[in-house]
Amino acid sequence: MTDQARIRNFSIIAHIDHGKSTLADRLLERTGAVEARDMREQLLDSMDLERERGITIKAQTVRLPYKASDGHDYVLNLIDTPGHVDFSYEVSRSLAACEGALLLADAAQGVQAQTLANAYLAIEAGLEVIPAINKIDLPAADPERVAQEMVNILGGDTDSVLRLSAKTGQGVDELLEALVAHVPAPTGDPDAPLRALVFDSYFDAFRGVVCYIRVVDGRLGAGDAIRFMATGEVHDANEIGYLTPKAVPVGEIGPGEVAYLITGVKEIDRIKVGDTITLARNPANDPLPGYKEPKPMVFSGLFPTDGDDYEKLREALEKLRLNDASLSWEPETSKALGFGFRVGFLGLLHMEIVRERLEREYDLDLVATAPSVAYKVTLNDGSEITIKSPQDLPEPTERREVAEPYVKVMILAPSEFVGPIMELATSRRAVVGNMNYLGPERVEMDFEIPLAEIVFDFFDLLKSKTKGYASLDYEPIGYRASDLVKVDILLNGIPVDAFSAIVHRDKAYDYGTKMTGRLRNLIPRQLFDVPIQAAIGGRIISRETVKARRKDVTAKCYGGDISRKKKLLQRQKEGKKRMKMVGSVEVPQEAFVAALRVDDDEK
Amino acid sequence: MTSDEADALASSPAVYVHIPFCARVCPYCDFAVVAGRDDVAGRYVDAVVAEIRSAEPWRPVESVYFGGGTPSRLEPGHLARILDAIADRHGIADGSEISLEANPEDIDTQRAGDLIAAGFNRISFGVQSLDDRVLVSLGRRHTPPAALSAVRSARDAGFANVSADLIFGAPGETDESWQQSVSSALASEVDHVSCYALTVEKGTELHRRILAGAPAPDGDVQADRWETADRLLGEAGMARYEVSNWSRPGFECRYNLTVWAQGEYEAYGLGAHGFRDGVRTRNLRHLDTYLETVESGKRPLAGTETLSEWDAELDRLFVGLRRAVGVAHGPGTRAFLGDPDGVRLLEAGVVADTGDRLVVVNPLLTDWVDRVVLSLRGWEEPAGADIV
Repeated sequence: MTDQARIRNFSIIAHIDHGKSTLADRLLERTGAVEARDMREQLLDSMDLERERGITIKAQTVRLPYKASDGHDYVLNLIDTPGHVDFSYEVSRSLAACEGALLLADAAQGVQAQTLANAYLAIEAGLEVIPAINKIDLPAADPERVAQEMVNILGGDTDSVLRLSAKTGQGVDELLEALVAHVPAPTGDPDAPLRALVFDSYFDAFRGVVCYIRVVDGRLGAGDAIRFMATGEVHDANEIGYLTPKAVPVGEIGPGEVAYLITGVKEIDRIKVGDTITLARNPANDPLPGYKEPKPMVFSGLFPTDGDDYEKLREALEKLRLNDASLSWEPETSKALGFGFRVGFLGLLHMEIVRERLEREYDLDLVATAPSVAYKVTLNDGSEITIKSPQDLPEPTERREVAEPYVKVMILAPSEFVGPIMELATSRRAVVGNMNYLGPERVEMDFEIPLAEIVFDFFDLLKSKTKGYASLDYEPIGYRASDLVKVDILLNGIPVDAFSAIVHRDKAYDYGTKMTGRLRNLIPRQLFDVPIQAAIGGRIISRETVKARRKDVTAKCYGGDISRKKKLLQRQKEGKKRMKMVGSVEVPQEAFVAALRVDDDEK
Repeated sequence: MTSDEADALASSPAVYVHIPFCARVCPYCDFAVVAGRDDVAGRYVDAVVAEIRSAEPWRPVESVYFGGGTPSRLEPGHLARILDAIADRHGIADGSEISLEANPEDIDTQRAGDLIAAGFNRISFGVQSLDDRVLVSLGRRHTPPAALSAVRSARDAGFANVSADLIFGAPGETDESWQQSVSSALASEVDHVSCYALTVEKGTELHRRILAGAPAPDGDVQADRWETADRLLGEAGMARYEVSNWSRPGFECRYNLTVWAQGEYEAYGLGAHGFRDGVRTRNLRHLDTYLETVESGKRPLAGTETLSEWDAELDRLFVGLRRAVGVAHGPGTRAFLGDPDGVRLLEAGVVADTGDRLVVVNPLLTDWVDRVVLSLRGWEEPAGADIV
């Protein structure tokens, strides 16, 4: 058991690419937790995808021994946080395990929306927030401006903002001292009944589920029978230990300590992040606050290009779920795309990551339908159902009301882009809220906006309208009734479910003309004229026609051309393999993806 | 021409000779051609003759086709040497078709007579168009009157089988000018007309121009032009016997019909493709390499393809279906009619089953049909043949 007075638990809050992982590596090195020669670049980001995209998907945690200038030995527990808006619940649980947070901003780019959102989470959680500016060695560094922004958010004066370069190591020693000096020591009661927070978990093929826990009160010994208060599950604490970052088993841990815990549980969804662990024989009365079930916000149909891969896709999803309890799905059948799954995601990045991992790690070729949200539909009899797919929307005559999820969006951008951002937001049915200047050139804007309006292409458009300078964060704020209709797209008279969408009535015509127009260019000419129609119920709102193919023949095929022509035809025929039959119309796989993509001219 | 006559040519041995020399390379051409290399014409003829002399002996051939390039660019004496070598090596049967591709600017009555004396009895002119603007846009050097006069010269000299090649869908062409080209060609009383849609081949000057923003040929416009040609030629008593070929009865190109019937043909010269004993051969395509290889006593092969029985069946279909007579039923057509894509084509009226043959009814969609043909799965090799 470690003396609480010598423990400092902290997180690093930073935007993607602002150097969190590099700083973590430097801390491991400086404190001797890892020898420099054992360092793999950015040790804490272990998943390939994380290393490639420079983002942290699963939090990792490490215990750093540190001898401070006051002569005492301290234990610094660095509790890593996922760096994206989709994982804000996970971030909040990681922050709940800390007393302090390091707010790290890039010296050139300054504070970003996501960092700001997490900084607010930290302040709300009562954490001591220590501002620091990274990458001061960059030629474009402007630490004074960034320091002023941070002071505008956190208060204090610009002199108190640390300045460092994780890359060169400059300022890292001062940072370690500041952590010891400013992060409060934990103050748990060692004699109270055990309460420990599960702030992360992952699946290990050999050990089963490994939990990361923070003891708030009481003690936990190896072998103790423990109860998870939210799920009610009782297990033995088979092994507890520190992450140094190697796992080192210990006999007992006390208040303020951070450790891993292995119970023998094999299924990750039986352990909930945010749950409170107590002792089975001497339980606490109340769990720690803040527990929530993770709820998917965004849904997309995933279909294997090759129908034979359906089982492979299911197995891949199951494997991903071993490490990602927030992933959920149900089978879905599409007339156009065959058998697949409607998969729920925490948000857009989560969706993108899962899709990419399925394709890359499991070698699947997927068609994904446009992301959608879950609607709450009140039926005529007053009962309420939740639908996740446009196909499930009951007919207008069978329903009283449709409500859609709204989110509060926070955008941080240079003030010159206020106009384009407002324009974009209002075109997406947003209600404009506050505007808050963080400095003369940086503004924070709030909107309330239907989630459905941002799940599709909002980020792309925002980026292009602000030359990439805007950043964005959002949080759900509940459901609101809207005048929503289902627009169907018909190919040769047959509705193609993959292109159906629930949209606001005022936008139905736009959606219809846009989709029919795009499809006209994406669907190759067939043996017959193919009408493409958009319809609400039985009413056609727009129509295009793909004229029948007139000429598909090589002019010359003489002795010298036969082999060459055969090769050419065979190549073209390979392309045909990736066609899906919709009724009697051949639709290329790419059309499903391309039809849902943002056009350049819309940016 | 009856389907029996067309199919019978499968057993008619043929020879193809490639002459790569051109005054200049046309912007749309991607054949094995060279411009400005007339200095090696003599060496080239020697090489082709050497190639013929070292070929496997064969029975007398029934058609010989000199293609190019521009075969008419060679002296008739040179051409005669090659024909003589073929006659020496394989024999040339009585009544054979001996065909030469010619550029109008190379032919006058005198030259036409020399070609007849050399042994040619069919001449095919690269007229391409009878519209000045189109000829310029195609990079051709002759004028419409020159083309018509060349046809007349050939006729006057005694060629009894004269053909004209036309290209449609080129920049500068209009519905009217195309109609005019076809009508003028007919008025010149040729026996045979080939009409080709201008095709953009990678690596050609035309391709580069289009990449740089020039308008590309439009498939729908070309479809219209093809239909115009088919109508006008039909009205003039010519029958279409292949996608791009029409003739007065009895003037079909025997050599090409042999190729389309999966008959055998020896091929000599730069980049020439042959087919004999189930093996497709292709010659080297680079002039100097070709010359040096032949001169060092080696066969100038660039590659060969040995056809399996099923491949040969699919080739029979995908090439043979270009003919108006289509193909006789066999394992390939049965597979086609059992394939969902094949059935769709049948139902859409693109192909027809006449009972004993499969025929493409809309020749403008022949490649669509051919792609389905080439995707057909063959019979498995009989497994466990040695099991008693």
